[in-house]
Amino acid sequence: MPQQRQFNPYSENGGTILAIAGADFAVVAGDTRQSEGYSIQTRYAPKVFRLTDKAVLAVNGFAADGNILVKTVKQRLEWYRHAHAKDMPLRAIARLIQTILYAKRFFPYYVYNILGGIEEDGTGAVYSFDPVGSYEREACRAAGAAQALVQPFLDNQIYFKNQKPKPGQSHPTHLPLDHVLSLVIDSFTSATERHIEVGDGLEIYVVLARGHSAQGLSNIPGAQEISQTDEGERVFVVRRDLKKD
Amino acid sequence: MATASVYKGSGFDFSNHVRNEFLGSRGVKLPKATSTGTTIVGCLFKDGIVLGADTRATEGPIVADKNCEKIHFISESIRCCGAGTAADTEFTTAMISSSIELHALSTGRKPRVVTAMTMLKQYLFRYQGHVGAALVLGGVDSTGAHLFTVAPHGSTDKLPYVTMGSGSLAAMAVFESQWRPNLERDEATKLVAAAISAGIFNDLGSGSNVDVCVITKDKTDMIRGFELPNERGRKERKYTFERGTTDFHVNSERIRRLVAEESITPFESPEAMDTT
Amino acid sequence: MSIMELNGGSVIAMVGKDCVAIASDLRLGNQALSISSNFQKIFPVTDRIYIGLPGLASDVATLRERFRLRVNMYTIKEERELEPETFAHLVSSTLYEKRFSPYFVEPVVAGLSKLPTSTPESPKFKPFICGTDLIGCLNFAKDFIVCGTASEKLFGVAEGLWEPDLEPEDLFETISQTLLNAVDRDAFSGWGAVVHVLTPDKVITRTLRGRMD
Repeated sequence: MPQQRQFNPYSENGGTILAIAGADFAVVAGDTRQSEGYSIQTRYAPKVFRLTDKAVLAVNGFAADGNILVKTVKQRLEWYRHAHAKDMPLRAIARLIQTILYAKRFFPYYVYNILGGIEEDGTGAVYSFDPVGSYEREACRAAGAAQALVQPFLDNQIYFKNQKPKPGQSHPTHLPLDHVLSLVIDSFTSATERHIEVGDGLEIYVVLARGHSAQGLSNIPGAQEISQTDEGERVFVVRRDLKKD
Repeated sequence: MATASVYKGSGFDFSNHVRNEFLGSRGVKLPKATSTGTTIVGCLFKDGIVLGADTRATEGPIVADKNCEKIHFISESIRCCGAGTAADTEFTTAMISSSIELHALSTGRKPRVVTAMTMLKQYLFRYQGHVGAALVLGGVDSTGAHLFTVAPHGSTDKLPYVTMGSGSLAAMAVFESQWRPNLERDEATKLVAAAISAGIFNDLGSGSNVDVCVITKDKTDMIRGFELPNERGRKERKYTFERGTTDFHVNSERIRRLVAEESITPFESPEAMDTT
Repeated sequence: MSIMELNGGSVIAMVGKDCVAIASDLRLGNQALSISSNFQKIFPVTDRIYIGLPGLASDVATLRERFRLRVNMYTIKEERELEPETFAHLVSSTLYEKRFSPYFVEPVVAGLSKLPTSTPESPKFKPFICGTDLIGCLNFAKDFIVCGTASEKLFGVAEGLWEPDLEPEDLFETISQTLLNAVDRDAFSGWGAVVHVLTPDKVITRTLRGRMD
């Protein structure tokens, strides 16, 4: 029997993403390194994309599938906008992504998606998906190469797991924005130290609900606004450098 | 095969082989050993040799050691950089270093680089590549300065500039564009640091710091941390916990005091000895 | 499935200010089936050296006894107590002897080594930790060593929570939180945890209360 090599349609491009939901905001972040094997393909390849002023999608896994998926989702959102004269609500976008992913159940998009943003009722929300469309709403999720490194750290710091509260007190259910941003930056710097596929740069998208003032963001250096309208939800981007080795 | 005597001969012991084969047949895979990913280089200059290495050790995609030492001691004027399976490079170079010291005592002469090279290649060939050590051997002896590479199967090359490891292509690109014969010490050191940096920043298997070793006929300078381009910045938050955060079974606490008992007996001041 | 995941288990050691801590989970399993919640993986070698042995349980037991023999022979021949650095090299050679048919453990050594300026009247110690892979490659770290089925999770949490110069009680909190949160995300580790904090004059051992699933 002659040995033949089959063409492998997938490859792994490394990187890590995470999303955290606050009381009235959501944070979606990803590193910007794209690698294959031991080589770096590029030091800046965005993995986090603004879909609407309420929704931000992070994609990680096989970059080609990730980029096409984002294009497809953006196209479907545009059609919805034309048909219904409004933006799709976040939970509907989540359901839409499920159907798009499951449509390719037998030749899947090799991506782990995390959708973050503001729900119709003004609360922060995070939805995480598997490659064939199974999804769930959560308060925080990490995905990608360094998922195993980041998720337990977030369990401890966001959900206060294994921490006994002081007698008579209880842990807060939601954390303020500046605290969450510090946790995101420290998660990525720690992941960069110990995982070879994480590094180069960090992009953090912050989605604020209508009532939330942008005061908290004025303390954070380098926050840029990229929202489309002044009324309604607002989207900011914060960029940081990560180690390049 | 368990032996009755506790005093075993030296060398490899294969007594776990049958057990491990059995586990393998039940579908269990061997775990990954630490590999040094790595960029290692060596370069000949006017007065001797400069060796360089990065300091990252990986276990698969995870960094196991951020500051490991890859430039190993063979003798006063001979050093060896190691890439490949970390345990293999460590023990192989230690063994040859020991053999070289005994050889030097036996011959009454300072050791030569070719001797170390020959010992390494014959050892690695005997193991047919199963000892995964890829080495850059360099030093200065009575016949001059010499630089060799030794590959895991036992082949060697004698060259004026060499690179090994997963970052070898990035490093060799720097050497090929900038190496010339008869470099000065400073130029050679900068060139080696540039080659290692190319590996550190462009190869995912290499990272952290640049270690450099300059060997001349008069002395050897081992510079650990010649360049430190990857220090960790300050964290955003402090993560210390309040005492009492962790729940433990209070009855389970055992304290083993190591100082059993202390008593002080004062001496009276002794009379001086009379030695007349 | 890898051999290291047959029985499961994880160990972590951390350096503090003039103290070290070593901690492990207590699970022994047969792949998905958990068998014991009381399986000791950390053993005292001398008063001031502890070794953690995660991996295949039968090799844990075998190596425990092999090290006990070698340490006793050393103590008898040299007529002095073994230092942690020496013991680390002893562990490394013992594992490398079996280079081509290895023991499936990745030991972690934690101890306090005597400083050169130490005297019998006022002994001075320096914290020491090191880990090896299954064939004996030594890794001397200044901050922490992790190994076992939950090693990636332990790396992530430890890298986030550890800072230098923690006092013994604070080091206990940090190492415990690191271990508990990491093993909660690992199917093959958990079912209880034990922590030993080594200081120059005493060793404090505590069993943690954690998830038992």
